[in-house]
Amino acid sequence: MTDSTLLSVEDLHVTYNTPTGLVRAVSGVSFELGREKLGIVGESGSGKSQTGRAILGLTATGGTVSARRLEFKSTDLLNASERTMRQIRGGGISMIMQDPKYSLNPVLTVGYQIEEALLVHNRTSKRVARERTYEMLRAVKIREPKRVYKAYPHEVSGGMGQRIMIAMMMIPEPDIIIADEPTSALDVTVQLQVLAVLDDMISERGMGLIFISHDLNLIASFCDRILIMYDGRVVEECTAAELDRAQHPYTRGLVNCLPRLDGGQDELSVLKRDPSWLTTPGATR
Amino acid sequence: MIDIQGLDVVFGHGKNVFHAVRDVSLRVEKGQSFGLVGESGSGKTTVLRALAGILERVARVSGAMTVADETLLRHRSQSFRRRVQMVFQDPFGSLHPRHTVDTILSEPARVHKLDRIEERVVHSLEEVGLDASFRFRYPHQISGGQRQRVSVARALITGPEIILLDEPTSALDVSVQAEVLNLLMRLKREHGLTYILVSHNLAVVAHMCETLSVMQNGAVVETMSVQQLREHSSTMPYTQQLLTASLGYDRTAIDAFEEFG
Repeated sequence: MTDSTLLSVEDLHVTYNTPTGLVRAVSGVSFELGREKLGIVGESGSGKSQTGRAILGLTATGGTVSARRLEFKSTDLLNASERTMRQIRGGGISMIMQDPKYSLNPVLTVGYQIEEALLVHNRTSKRVARERTYEMLRAVKIREPKRVYKAYPHEVSGGMGQRIMIAMMMIPEPDIIIADEPTSALDVTVQLQVLAVLDDMISERGMGLIFISHDLNLIASFCDRILIMYDGRVVEECTAAELDRAQHPYTRGLVNCLPRLDGGQDELSVLKRDPSWLTTPGATR
Repeated sequence: MIDIQGLDVVFGHGKNVFHAVRDVSLRVEKGQSFGLVGESGSGKTTVLRALAGILERVARVSGAMTVADETLLRHRSQSFRRRVQMVFQDPFGSLHPRHTVDTILSEPARVHKLDRIEERVVHSLEEVGLDASFRFRYPHQISGGQRQRVSVARALITGPEIILLDEPTSALDVSVQAEVLNLLMRLKREHGLTYILVSHNLAVVAHMCETLSVMQNGAVVETMSVQQLREHSSTMPYTQQLLTASLGYDRTAIDAFEEFG
């Protein structure tokens, strides 16, 4: 573990005990995160979201998390008290969810919710908190912060809602942001504008980002490094620029089955799943 | 095959009027695939629904629509309903949760008083690559991709000439999307079908269609061939921005994005 490492995950397992037997959602994921943009890509059910939730101790009831190591800076997240975890959530690591419509409280104003995120983690006066909130709203490119401060979540568009979520997650100045499909519900141009806001803030503040998405093209163009997950395991790790030269047949299959704008495909190649992907150990470098 | 002239769709009354589609015209030849592209709220799905005749009760629809030399009236004829079928976006919401696949597939056949229903059900399941064992399963017992195949089978069972596809793969994983798109292409070849495909994904439209219209705020911004789209020879700034955006994240390009209102 080097100095710049913010988070280290070693052999992470998440299992659910269900009436029909044990479900292994995540089985043996390892990675380290520095001050960089790390993408986790995979299809539905690959365990990418479960990995993100397990880091924050947000695994649903009935799920068991185990790992050889799960450390944020020097804190052991597995054995941390609930009190410590509460400080880390938001203050050290925070999470942006997919749909702002469900993640914001519908009966409280946007401004109140952003301010609350700050006041929980920092002891400041109400007046300072309000100023910081305006500042934050301006930082996420909201033109009329005073109007938006007083607005309720249903009064803002999807793109603005997601910018508000980013403001709320950034205001306690965490070291790591976990973004779980943060822009999948948005139109493509709005999506890119929201990501640009996130990108600028992360590089300005030197934070680490875990970006979880099913969108291979987006991850390849947005992140520095990519983990490809399949059935709860990391099957391949590569830098974003090298995705075209990926080795694992699953990654190659995913890249090839996308329709391309420039055409030239009569028929799309279809992913042929090989049972050996489930047993051979994943590539780690 | 399909000719729409000056289509207008207006929802609501008085202060709450919403003009969803403004003066949209399009022509689709037999055996062609036509794409409708745009961001959410651009009216692309509304055009499709107006053509299908499922908006009459909720909106004011005006304009002339002709399908295979039949001028469409407010109430669609039985033969129109047999010849034009629709596949919806959400395979979870468009299949009745308490009907088996068999019931789902045989209902349109019964409505259109077709004979040999059982044979048709098995045959249309085969066409979409599902075997007869799927007949007595419920939608929740099959995967998302299989569900979308069932939706396609349901559209095929009446022997249609035109299928209206409303974001048929946007709820599916990319590997499953490839399977469903290949299936749609094969069915089109084998049955000489005509498609109108609504999608926000330019790559999907470029793969499936020959011609497309870009929509924004209820109106058609530009109609062009997929070849023109690929050569980036679009003249409209809105289309160009959409094209840039669909190529992926590019920090410098984003600063040049404009608001189109």
